[in-house]
Amino acid sequence: MAAITSDVDVEIRRPRRSVLVGILLVVWLAAYFVLRGIDTLVLGGQETTAPHRWLTEHRDDVGRGNAVFDAIRVGVEHFAVLLQNLISQPSFDRPVPVIGWLGVVAISAYCAWAFGNWKVAVLTAAGLGFVGLQGLWQESMDTLALTIAAVLLSLLIAIPLGIWAGLSNRAFRVATLVLDLMQTLPTFVYLAPLTLFFAIGPAAATIATVIYAAPPAVRLTAHAIRSVPPESVEAARSMGSTSGQTLTKVLLPLSRSTVVVGINQTIMAALSMVTVAALIDAPGLGQTVLKALQTLDVGVAFNAGLAIVVLAIVLDRVTTAAGDRPWRTANRRRRLLLAAGAVGVLVAVWFSRTYVWAAEFPSQVGIGSWIAAVASDVTTWIQDVFGGFTYGVRDAVTNGLLNPLEALLTGSPWWLVTVVVVALAAVLGGWRGAVPAAVCCGLLVATGVWHDSMVTLASTLLATVVVVAVGLVLGVWAGRNRRIDTWIRPVLDAGQTMPPFVYLVPFLALFGTSRFTAIAAAVVFAVPVTTKIVADGIRAVPLATVEAANSVGSSAWQVISKVQLPVARRAITLAVNQGLIYVLSMVVVGGLVGAGALGYDVAAGFAQSELYGKGLAAGLAIVLLGVLLDRVTQAAARRTQNFDGRGDKR
Amino acid sequence: MKRLRYAGVLTAVALALSGCGGAKVGEDKPVAGGKDCGTFNLTVSPWVGYEANAAVVAYVATKDLGCKVVKKNLKEEIAWQGFSTGEVDVNLENWGHEDLKKKYITDDKVAVEAGSTGVKGVIGWYVPPWMASKYPDITQWKSLNKYAALFKTSESGGKGQLLDGDPSYVTNDEALVKNLSLNYKVVQSGSETALIQAFRDAEKNKKPLLAYFYEPQWFFNEVKLVKVNLPAYKAGCDTDPAKVACDYPPYDLDKIVSKKFADSGSPAYDLVKNFRWTNEDQNAVARMIAVDKLTPDQAAEKWITQNQSKVDAWLGK
Repeated sequence: MAAITSDVDVEIRRPRRSVLVGILLVVWLAAYFVLRGIDTLVLGGQETTAPHRWLTEHRDDVGRGNAVFDAIRVGVEHFAVLLQNLISQPSFDRPVPVIGWLGVVAISAYCAWAFGNWKVAVLTAAGLGFVGLQGLWQESMDTLALTIAAVLLSLLIAIPLGIWAGLSNRAFRVATLVLDLMQTLPTFVYLAPLTLFFAIGPAAATIATVIYAAPPAVRLTAHAIRSVPPESVEAARSMGSTSGQTLTKVLLPLSRSTVVVGINQTIMAALSMVTVAALIDAPGLGQTVLKALQTLDVGVAFNAGLAIVVLAIVLDRVTTAAGDRPWRTANRRRRLLLAAGAVGVLVAVWFSRTYVWAAEFPSQVGIGSWIAAVASDVTTWIQDVFGGFTYGVRDAVTNGLLNPLEALLTGSPWWLVTVVVVALAAVLGGWRGAVPAAVCCGLLVATGVWHDSMVTLASTLLATVVVVAVGLVLGVWAGRNRRIDTWIRPVLDAGQTMPPFVYLVPFLALFGTSRFTAIAAAVVFAVPVTTKIVADGIRAVPLATVEAANSVGSSAWQVISKVQLPVARRAITLAVNQGLIYVLSMVVVGGLVGAGALGYDVAAGFAQSELYGKGLAAGLAIVLLGVLLDRVTQAAARRTQNFDGRGDKR
Repeated sequence: MKRLRYAGVLTAVALALSGCGGAKVGEDKPVAGGKDCGTFNLTVSPWVGYEANAAVVAYVATKDLGCKVVKKNLKEEIAWQGFSTGEVDVNLENWGHEDLKKKYITDDKVAVEAGSTGVKGVIGWYVPPWMASKYPDITQWKSLNKYAALFKTSESGGKGQLLDGDPSYVTNDEALVKNLSLNYKVVQSGSETALIQAFRDAEKNKKPLLAYFYEPQWFFNEVKLVKVNLPAYKAGCDTDPAKVACDYPPYDLDKIVSKKFADSGSPAYDLVKNFRWTNEDQNAVARMIAVDKLTPDQAAEKWITQNQSKVDAWLGK
């Protein structure tokens, strides 16, 4: 965060603030050397507090045999199973699904063409054919069925909520809080209880995915509606539009491209849950990944991970193309072609219901084992070549940055850290920063895992700074240049949807089990979302503004720093916020590769019943860290914006 | 343009004609299985040894008894929950879990024990084989302090690193380090994957590593890890978790089934109850799955043809 604020408003910040921050840090350091080791609230791995034990005992109280939950479960389950019967599972007394592979490819390509354009239709057909050739057709269709179910349910909830939060300030504030909770509360915390309410199987898996995947769509819809220039709304009002007309005729059309970014993010988030959902027996590619990793078979895991990435790219490109397509422009010729295509699709579906070759993907030509072999060879090669060097990097970063930061946070008494954090928040964000900071610190102490929280905070801060720096650079680059955008997008999609464990195994080989490995994983996961939102924001800067700056002879750097970044400030704030939240949502994965602290507590709470309460408390602590950092950065951003406005008048 | 269109039509017709030659869906109907056994839900915990148990039992139940076995891939804790919601009938390898036994067997009465699997579980501290041959006395806990400097890492704060494991396993390691006054720090690796990767790297690149591990485990087929001898386990020496100063107890891995399944009179219940083999048997099947990359069914079939007498005993033949 420090990086973002200093990057954007280095010119406009009053010197007094930075001086105050500096003084605070020096005082903290001095106090640390005097007071270190007092009141650090350390709690051992297997130790618990009374509230933790209480939570463990009352775990099963919520939602047992509740009629509402049962109704939701039955509804969601029927929907998910219906989709599975359609495309993946043998159904209705037939040894194959209702629609075989040929039919699925034809329908998907046709939809891509009808809603998007012929390019994405070709991409769709190629992508689906590729996963079939990988030997993963049925697994991919299971994953696709659950993803479609989860994404449709998410959007059904998220778009109306997003519009509401876009129109009402109060709804916006409440929504932000709830969304922070949904996105940062580790899935592991609610996965086991979810199976109690919603039973083991597709329903619980779908609902877990909805909880994680809906927030980006709400957030970006609200952001899009709020970013519509007030002049447009005023113009519509002055011409006598009702609020309903303003919404459908002005607000929604103008915010469509950002809403589509939100839908994309929801799809990505849903696909990134595939492996986690497999822990509660969700069928599909996640199972393949988990099974392969039990024997550390990186090749097979990569093959399945690649299929997830391919599905993600196809879905992303089709939705983007659908978002870019102007509405209601089909001319007569296109309508004729569409009708002819529909007949072709029906023929393909009939084939896929009648003949075995069109129903079950032919297994003679498999490139899956070849991909797996190449992936393992490449992994081994990287490990052998870079092995020694990477340990050096790890030790340098850990000893130079991470350990001092962590020592400062964990070694200081909890009340000292609280005072410093609240004071910093007050200086940077006024009372809007200070009040949430005080509340969050107090609640962190109450969770009983203060010490672990500080360890996690140190890693999170470091990871977020790296994410924001990398995301800004890539995002500005991609936002200014369409071609770059086309090239780095597949890489970003891969970073977001490749199941972390696939690349964590090589990371483990390169960096060992350590906090550094966890930071690296979080960076890989969080950079894509930051980059995408920054790029979207830069692209939304009106062309005329950029042209004007160019015409007075500004250099590229001046255009970026004086025009594009300030104008896209709102998008950048959102990008920082999302980067931070994605880093926090990887804390648990980090705990699985040696980060310890909160991530490990959550994982252990999921696995050992007597630690459930502590795991839940640690999960809440992660949320509190998220709310704390989010509120302080938001308040700080608002302040600098105010300074900016005043500066303009002068 | 026109020619292109013709070509398209021709290709479509050709495709249609060639397509019509293929086999039709539903021509070879699978033979229906026996009726008296019915269906049971088998949880499959996420480790290969368990998968070996599940493979063999499911194969025998399907082929010899005509049951329908529904395998569900679940973490242990969730599988236990499944006994109460009726979604899990059989757990074929349970590691201790006295607290869960109390909750689901004694208190809620939704599950019952179905005897030992015959497999013995061992938990302890291990070093890679190269260390055991280079420093022969390292396998005695008393010499661990002498070698502490070897095990230093960026995570261990100047002490030796004792790498702990999978969050699924209860450990006494923090207490052990303290009570045996060892100059070590417990570092949580956080997953079995991380542990195995660490051992693999340690053996290959001759790096020092001391870590918590367990047998039976398929990884022993690849690297024969050496156990460090802690003060011997005596019954009751681990009652107070804070004062533990002895090795982990040997585990008798057992089977748990749902009450409903036990009372159903299904022949599959007798099979599960009689199922009993050895660490060597399990390792053999686990190796076929993990190293030779056979599917569970292929591995089970291969093992059964070589060990028909054992299977006959489970079936009461």
